[in-house]
Amino acid sequence: MSIAINLTVNGVRLSREVDPRLLLSQLLRDELGLTGTHVGCDTSQCGACTVHLDGASVKSCAVLAVQADGAEVLTIEGVAGPDGTLHPMQAAFREHHGLQCGFCTPGMVMGAIELARTAPDLEEATIREGLEGNLCRCTGYQNIVKAVRAGALAMREG
Amino acid sequence: MYGFDYHRPAALSDVVDLLTGDEDAKLLAGGQTLIPTLKQRLAMPTALVDLSAVPGLRDIVAEGDGVRIGAMATHATVAGSALVRGVLPGLADLASHIGDAQVRNRGTIGGSIANADPAADYPAALVALDAVIRTDRRDIPGGDFFTGLFETALAPGEVVTSVFFPAATHARYAKFPNPASRYAMAGVFVARRGDDVRVAVTGAGPSVFRWDAAEAALSVRFSADALDGIVPDADGLNSDMHADADYRAQIVAVLARRAIA
Ligand SMILES: Cc1cc2nc3c(=O)[nH]c(=O)nc-3n(C[C@H](O)[C@H](O)[C@H](O)COP(=O)(O)OP(=O)(O)OC[C@H]3O[C@@H](n4cnc5c(N)ncnc54)[C@H](O)[C@@H]3O)c2cc1C
Ligand code: FES
Ligand code: FES
Repeated sequence: MSIAINLTVNGVRLSREVDPRLLLSQLLRDELGLTGTHVGCDTSQCGACTVHLDGASVKSCAVLAVQADGAEVLTIEGVAGPDGTLHPMQAAFREHHGLQCGFCTPGMVMGAIELARTAPDLEEATIREGLEGNLCRCTGYQNIVKAVRAGALAMREG
Repeated sequence: MYGFDYHRPAALSDVVDLLTGDEDAKLLAGGQTLIPTLKQRLAMPTALVDLSAVPGLRDIVAEGDGVRIGAMATHATVAGSALVRGVLPGLADLASHIGDAQVRNRGTIGGSIANADPAADYPAALVALDAVIRTDRRDIPGGDFFTGLFETALAPGEVVTSVFFPAATHARYAKFPNPASRYAMAGVFVARRGDDVRVAVTGAGPSVFRWDAAEAALSVRFSADALDGIVPDADGLNSDMHADADYRAQIVAVLARRAIA
C-alpha cells in the first residue's frame, strides 16, 4: 500500500507517495536529502532527530511520514534566514561553544527553540528539564544550558 | 517494521468499523508507544487506524464540577490547559512530568491508558480520582479499567473517546522517575473527595493498585504524619535492575507523604 501525502517542509510544499511504515526521519533524510536531522538511537531516546511538526517539537523517528500529511515540518535546515544568517539559537550555540562533535546539535537547537517559546522562565533547572528529551554525549551540558539561555534571550528580544 | 495499511477516517463510526472488520488492525494515537513497538517487530498489525482526524477527540471541557478530557488530548495540552489547572492542578502537574517535551507533544491520554504500562503515570490519577472512561460503547469506572500488566477492560476494537475526572478537594501526584526514561519507578496519587480518600500506586506493581492501609489511616486523619510507620507490603511488588521490591515499598511510603503535603 502506498499513500499520497502533501506536506510543507521548510516552507516548500511537497507531494509524495509513501509506504505507511516510512518514518518522518526517513522521509526527511533519505527522500528529501535533509540530513541535518540526525538519527542517533532510532528508539525515541536521544532527541537528535527532533523537528517541529506544526510548530511543536517531535522525535521524527517516532512519527510516520503519513502522520505528517497536511502538516508543516520545520527542520534545522529551515531555521536560518534566507541569506544564511544563523537563527539566534544557532548563533548562541556557536558563541557559547554549545557543541563539540555536533551530532546532537540539530535536535538540541530545535528543542531549544520550542523551549524558548514556551518556558515560563530561563532558570538553569527549567532549561535542563525542558531539554530532558535531548541527549549529548560530549559537552556535559554546561555550555548547552548557557547557549540555550542566551539564544532564548536573543529570541525574546528579537 | 513489517508492512501495514494505513487509514485515517474522519468519523468515529468508520474507525470502529475498520477495527471490527479486521481483528489484526490497531488504533494509532500519538504513536509514542506503538511506533517503537512496530519498529522492534513486537507487533504485526495488518493496518493502523489513525484517530487523529476524528473531530472532537482533543477537546477538554468543563462538565459538572469536573473536567472531561478527550482521548486524543496530548500530555502537553493537558499540562497547559487552564481548565485542568483550575479544576485539578495535580492532574496538570502529572501530565507535565510525563516523559520529555517531545513525547508530551505527541503522546495522548487515551493511548497511555489503553496501553496500561505498569510504570505509566495517568493510571494512578484515574484510579485515585475515580475517573470514568468513556468508550465508543460504554462508560467504565477508573477502578475497573486496569486489569493487569498491559491489560485493560477494553474489548477488542473498543475505542476510548474521553475520560471524565471529578473535582476533588485534594489531588496530588508524587513520582520517583526512572532517571533515564522518566517513567515512574513508583508514583503515588492521593485524592480526597468529601470523606473518600484514595491512594493509588503506579510503577511499583504489575498494574496500578490502591494502598488500603494508607487510605484507612488518611481517612481518620488527613495528614502526612498519619502515615508514620506505614509501608506497603513488598510482597508482589516489582523487582528489577532499577529497584528491588523492598526499596520500591519504601519509595511508595515516602511518595505518599509527598503527595499529601
Ligand atoms: C521516551 C519516552 C518516555 C516516556 N515517559 C513516560 C512517562 O514518564 N510516563 C508515562 O506515563 N508514559 C511515558 N511514556 C509513554 C507515553 O506517555 C505514550 O505517549 C503513551 O504511553 C502512549 O500514548 P500514545 O498516544 O503515544 O499511544 P500510541 O502509541 O499511539 O498507542 C498505544 C496503544 O494504545 C492503543 N490506543 C491508542 N489510543 C487509543 C484509544 N483512544 N482507545 C483505545 N486504544 C487506544 C493503541 O492501539 C496502542 O496499542 C514515554 C514514552 C517515551 C517514548
Ligand atoms: S533518533 Fe529519534 S530519538 Fe534518537
Ligand atoms: S556535541 Fe557531541 S553529542 Fe552533543
